[in-house]
Amino acid sequence: MEPILQTKHLQKSYDGSHQILKDINFSIKQGEVVVIVGPSGCGKSTFLKCLNMLEPMDRGEIYLDGKSIEREGKNISLYRQKVGMVFQSYELFPHLNVMDNLLLAPRKVQKRKKEEIQKEAETLLLRVGLWEKRKAYPRELSGGQKQRVAIVRALLMHPEVLLLDEITAALDPEMVREVLQVVQELAKEGMTMVIVTHEMKFAKAVADRVLFMDGGIIVEEENPQEFFVYPKTDRAKQFLNTFHYAALEI
Amino acid sequence: MQDLGIQVLFRGNNFLRLLEGMWAALRIALIAMALSVLLGFLFGMLMTIHNRAIQCISRIYLETVRIMPQLVLLFLVYFGAAKHMGVNLSGEMASILVFTFWGTAEMGDLVRSALIAVPTHQYESGAALGMKKWQTYFYIVIPQSVRRLLPSAVSLLTRMIKTTSLVVLIGVVEVVKVGKQIIDASRYTNPKAALWVYGAIFLLYFAVCFPFSKLAAVLERKLAE
Amino acid sequence: MDIHFIKENIPLYVEAAGLTVRIALIGILCAFLVGLFCSMIRYLKVPILKGMVQGYIELSRNTPLLIQLYFLYFGLPKIGILFSSEQCAIIGLAFQGGSYMAEAFRSGLESVSKVQKDTGLSLGMTEKQVLQYVVLPQAISTSVPVFCANVIFLIKETSVFSAVALADLMFVTKDLIGIYYKTDEALWMLVIAYLLLLLPISILSSVLERKVRYAGFGNTSTVSGK
Repeated sequence: MEPILQTKHLQKSYDGSHQILKDINFSIKQGEVVVIVGPSGCGKSTFLKCLNMLEPMDRGEIYLDGKSIEREGKNISLYRQKVGMVFQSYELFPHLNVMDNLLLAPRKVQKRKKEEIQKEAETLLLRVGLWEKRKAYPRELSGGQKQRVAIVRALLMHPEVLLLDEITAALDPEMVREVLQVVQELAKEGMTMVIVTHEMKFAKAVADRVLFMDGGIIVEEENPQEFFVYPKTDRAKQFLNTFHYAALEI
Repeated sequence: MQDLGIQVLFRGNNFLRLLEGMWAALRIALIAMALSVLLGFLFGMLMTIHNRAIQCISRIYLETVRIMPQLVLLFLVYFGAAKHMGVNLSGEMASILVFTFWGTAEMGDLVRSALIAVPTHQYESGAALGMKKWQTYFYIVIPQSVRRLLPSAVSLLTRMIKTTSLVVLIGVVEVVKVGKQIIDASRYTNPKAALWVYGAIFLLYFAVCFPFSKLAAVLERKLAE
Repeated sequence: MDIHFIKENIPLYVEAAGLTVRIALIGILCAFLVGLFCSMIRYLKVPILKGMVQGYIELSRNTPLLIQLYFLYFGLPKIGILFSSEQCAIIGLAFQGGSYMAEAFRSGLESVSKVQKDTGLSLGMTEKQVLQYVVLPQAISTSVPVFCANVIFLIKETSVFSAVALADLMFVTKDLIGIYYKTDEALWMLVIAYLLLLLPISILSSVLERKVRYAGFGNTSTVSGK
């Protein structure tokens, strides 16, 4: 099967000197869930931002459905509609209530009818258990609730691929589960996702493939069973040890 | 070249007179500011005392000063005092009075908020070292507060300097008044004098205020670091 | 105190206060627009215009309104640019207030984080849409307290309008003192007129400020984006 999203020789540096991404060749197929793990500063979040064109890259190409994507102009909006993103800090719009947060982009960007989106939004809210909160403002929600709304907001754009950038890193432990559950359900339904996370258990459970990044390159690329049990490189072993993963029963 | 009229600024000692006028205005602001700093510190310390009566009265004082246009205050003192106290207050004295009245309130509020921004354990550690209350104030609390309120104090001074432009309206001879005299004197010889004189005064004020407001911005940035 | 005199002259003060309010309203609205325009130029980093805006803001903030008015009213006619008293007052207020409003906007705009903008972009919005639907509503709401402070400041500034022959409260007061020597009565009415004008706005602004500070977003009365 052809990859749905692909990068070739993606490079990125800050201040022209510190190279944060060195030649990333990445691809993901329809319905696949790829989890990226690695120590902080390894470039995984920057990579997601590059994938969403939020960070300009120095060199390399991004392909969606086999077509190379231009980095400027009107196509960027179209591209981003197909490649949605959810952030660590939720980033709901604080001046809009939940429903208006959800409606804003589909209405203004995709020019869809309000009634139609509203119906879809309510269905999705119902599924993530937040239908009662549709009139609430972000400040009235817990972190976990905000993050679920943020996921719904991204889904309403009907993206082909969803990028999740450490979406549980800012949450209290008890809220992590409610968010990850939503993601796991999405995975089951065949949503194509690129996930950056520090939750190793979750990574193991949800991933079709794990990428281990360190120092701006993909060091290891493996299915989760292999990676978490028999990591090949020393760097990956060291990294997994910091999570006391070796102690976990498999 | 056609007669632009700019010569009016340099005829005789016109420009010097304008500078002297500017100084007269500036002097009012500087004297009032100096008094305001002194009285403001006292007022600010007074406001940190937990006493309902003191807090109520200082609140009223502060809000009155904040809500009344400075020009109204100038009118009140200049016309009102002249009538009631029988003293014929000079415009300059009235201005210094009003500016000090205003500045003390603003400085006091700055001092108050700077004082409460100093954490209580700083007071306690002073006491723990066996310092008397006034020693704690002078050696520990006030030095820290000064750093904190300096940017706002400088911008208060800038505001005061700008506000000196009003004192011409109660008859103080300062830069605008001098300007008017120059314009009147050259009415027939130079009909365009008003343009240049007021333009010059505009720039004079800018030349005086700009460095102060830059200074305030620099201090603010330093404080934020 | 001559109560009869006060009664007789109340209409004069009402008329003068009306004039002040009318000009203040128009002037502050203009100042708001000037401020919005300037902050947009700076936000979007428009070349050349950005420098001009910066220069304007420095000039406006570091010169007194009264001098600006004198220049407009007495200076400019000498090169054939004529404004009426009212026009001068409005232009002066817009010139003076514009920079204050721009600064208020700027602090509001700076309060919106980069990730918020990224979020808008990641949903496929254009830069313009992000500005319109995400950044501006938040920026305006967070600058409400500063706006209110500016409005009060600008209304107070209107007290110098008598200098360009506008029959405002100061003008009437000075007249009554000059003609009838009724100093006390005139000054009392002046103070009360300004209190009536400014006190409600001052109270309203502290209420608004409390709402913005403690309730944040979610209180529809302070959210302008809705």
